[in-house]
Amino acid sequence: MRILTGNDLKSGAVVWWDGSDWSLHVDHAVDVGDRAEEIAAREEAARRVNVPYAIEAQRDDNGVRPAHIKDRVRALGPTVRPDLTLKPSDAQAGNWVI
Amino acid sequence: MTESPAPGTDTVAGVSPDDVQFRFREDEMADHAQVTVDAFLEQADAAAVRIEPGDDARALIPHLERLKLAEVNFPAFGDGRGYSSARILREAGYAGELRAVGDVLVDQLGYMRRCGFDSFAPDAPIAASDAEAALARWPHVYQNAADARRTIPEARHE
Amino acid sequence: MYAYDQYDQAMVDARVAEFRDQAQRRLDGKLSEDQFKPLRLMNGLYLQLHAYMLRVAVPYGTLDSRQMHALAEIADKYDRGYGHFTTRQNIQYNWIRLEDAADILADLAKVEMHAIQTSGNCIRNISSDHFAGAAADELIDPRPYAELLRQWSSFHPEFSYLPRKFKIAVIASDTDRAAMKLHDIGIQIVRNDAGAIGAAFYVGGGMGRTPMIAPCIREFVALDQLVTYAEACLRVYNRHGRRDNKYKARIKILVHELGAQEYAAQVEAEFAHLLDQGVEPPLAELERIATFFADPPFEDDAATEIDRSDPDFALWVDRNTHPHKTPGYVSAVISLKPVGGIPGDASADQMHLMAELAKDYSFDECRVMHTQNIVLPHVKIADLHALWSKLDEAGLGSPNLDTVEDIIACPGLDYCSLANARSIPVAQKIQQRFADSGRTAELGELKLKISGCINACGHHHAGHIGILGVDRKGTENYQLLLGGSEAQDTSLAKITGPGFDEDGIVDAVEKATDVYLSNRADGERFLDTYRRIGMAPFKEALYD
Repeated sequence: MRILTGNDLKSGAVVWWDGSDWSLHVDHAVDVGDRAEEIAAREEAARRVNVPYAIEAQRDDNGVRPAHIKDRVRALGPTVRPDLTLKPSDAQAGNWVI
Repeated sequence: MTESPAPGTDTVAGVSPDDVQFRFREDEMADHAQVTVDAFLEQADAAAVRIEPGDDARALIPHLERLKLAEVNFPAFGDGRGYSSARILREAGYAGELRAVGDVLVDQLGYMRRCGFDSFAPDAPIAASDAEAALARWPHVYQNAADARRTIPEARHE
Repeated sequence: MYAYDQYDQAMVDARVAEFRDQAQRRLDGKLSEDQFKPLRLMNGLYLQLHAYMLRVAVPYGTLDSRQMHALAEIADKYDRGYGHFTTRQNIQYNWIRLEDAADILADLAKVEMHAIQTSGNCIRNISSDHFAGAAADELIDPRPYAELLRQWSSFHPEFSYLPRKFKIAVIASDTDRAAMKLHDIGIQIVRNDAGAIGAAFYVGGGMGRTPMIAPCIREFVALDQLVTYAEACLRVYNRHGRRDNKYKARIKILVHELGAQEYAAQVEAEFAHLLDQGVEPPLAELERIATFFADPPFEDDAATEIDRSDPDFALWVDRNTHPHKTPGYVSAVISLKPVGGIPGDASADQMHLMAELAKDYSFDECRVMHTQNIVLPHVKIADLHALWSKLDEAGLGSPNLDTVEDIIACPGLDYCSLANARSIPVAQKIQQRFADSGRTAELGELKLKISGCINACGHHHAGHIGILGVDRKGTENYQLLLGGSEAQDTSLAKITGPGFDEDGIVDAVEKATDVYLSNRADGERFLDTYRRIGMAPFKEALYD
């Protein structure tokens, strides 16, 4: 699947396009197919997102997994600070990015 | 509009006087035909030049007495070679119009003024109030440059 | 320490107002990201993997306790309770909101700090010897010259849109603790044969994708021509510097392509011209600045002997202190490299503590080292035990300066949008491996430096052992380099061969140290042995 990501303009937080809005959780990301550019242009113009870009990803039983490690780190948070990731109670969450 | 180029001369389309948005000179703006640096050096009657980022402004120094307008192009605001071109001309004693053209943005105006530019023809017009605020931004300056501002070190030791 | 006057303060305040306006225009949509990016970068604001990141300048690494407290407060108020000290003697915060950035700059301005030119294609924060003003081996304190250049380079009208970033270091000792020859301009303050103080200029060094050691282009520049000569170096670069290929835009490429001799000749011509242009500030300005760096009131006859009966304390003293020019004093290094920690990170609580200790034990001064540690420059030997006890209690007493545990690591793929691989987990595993094997002490001085991409923020080219993280078909891979140095014997490390995975690189580092231990002659450091025996024995151990 092809998903759309970027950073929130005001906070800088990593966000994912969920079909109607931007979510902090990669699992909410939806397949944008060939509409990535159109959505990105519209949302950036409305200043709801900063520097959006489309990436490849896979959906499996555990959720949505971006194809590239960089976007997996973005989706989770710094692996060396589990307490600051989106899964602070899961000390092994960092293994997901590898 | 710029004058029509004489046949066979290597003239470039510099900006028209109509495109000049800000000007900090008292003299009347003349309508010159800006030519490339190479053409300016070849044509003994040329009075206006357009300096591209890759041009060496020092080549103009022997001919400053006939230079009335130097237009420095900034094709992209991040290409800062034009700042050096401007200071080189001012340091050599050039007192004519020094015009910044191209991708000239409000946040660069202050630096450009300090390097000796006294006329501006931005591709995208700048709101007059924004330009005024930008040019009034810095209460002091640290360095000597092409303007006459007293520097902080000078103020500290006068 | 330098203190702002009304002019310095007015300039920093004007910058805060300017940035507040720029950030608001971005939030209002009047600036596109393309237009805003160079403006925010010149105020140290990046967009990184997880959020905006703010890099705050610590000019030549020097801070007083009030400033260190303020850095801690910013970490608590605007970030997530910590900061990261960098290889350019700065600090950066990882979780900044664009909406808060101008307020942070305003808070910094209240303690005479800023984020001016900590990124962007301009002259960056001037770095210096972290033992400046304290080291027994220095000619003179280099910081007044660094401060003079800081002011000259701030908001420079001609050099704010250079081809690429531009880094300057100033030292004043034959022992180089600032990687001087790996800078765009490295300046060594020297005394000439006539006994006059002046500056030697090394131009065109750097790390990154094409590492180069700067050649000396002038052995002596008089102190009343220092700024003018720097201006000439920059103008030649700005005129020539190519904009078509950002990987070839650094001054090191220009100096290399022109040749040092030709570059120097062009600088000389520009310099001769600029000498008549009134570029140089009055010499009285340098003298004014120098008064701020006068020695603190050291005690005469301070005790030089201490009770070394506590072995942990004695080890820390041996490893983490540096000779001071005044008898009875040392410079004490606070290690930010606890085994398993994040190199260079400090919590707000730790920053507050370091500030208090600087006030109580070091004449209200501390320094950020490019090795991502903190120095208390002027500590009475008699106070060392009390200081160490407090550090140890707060987890800041690791006795590992310049050992294999004292690893430089960039933030890597855990934080940085340019990175190809993570650096910090590799550093942690290596530290753990040697802490477990107990070999740290036996290995002695061993400088290990890790970068998560070719930009080399972790100085891997200059490590006795260097590690470079690369992306190999979507997985992290690590190349091993040997033989680099950023000290006065500057050398560039060479790649051993094919890369390793994360566990493989830890094994490889250990194997390299085994080769050293079985080959070393008396008194040789890892680097000395490598230089004597060459790459072959290491390759054999690593790949056969």
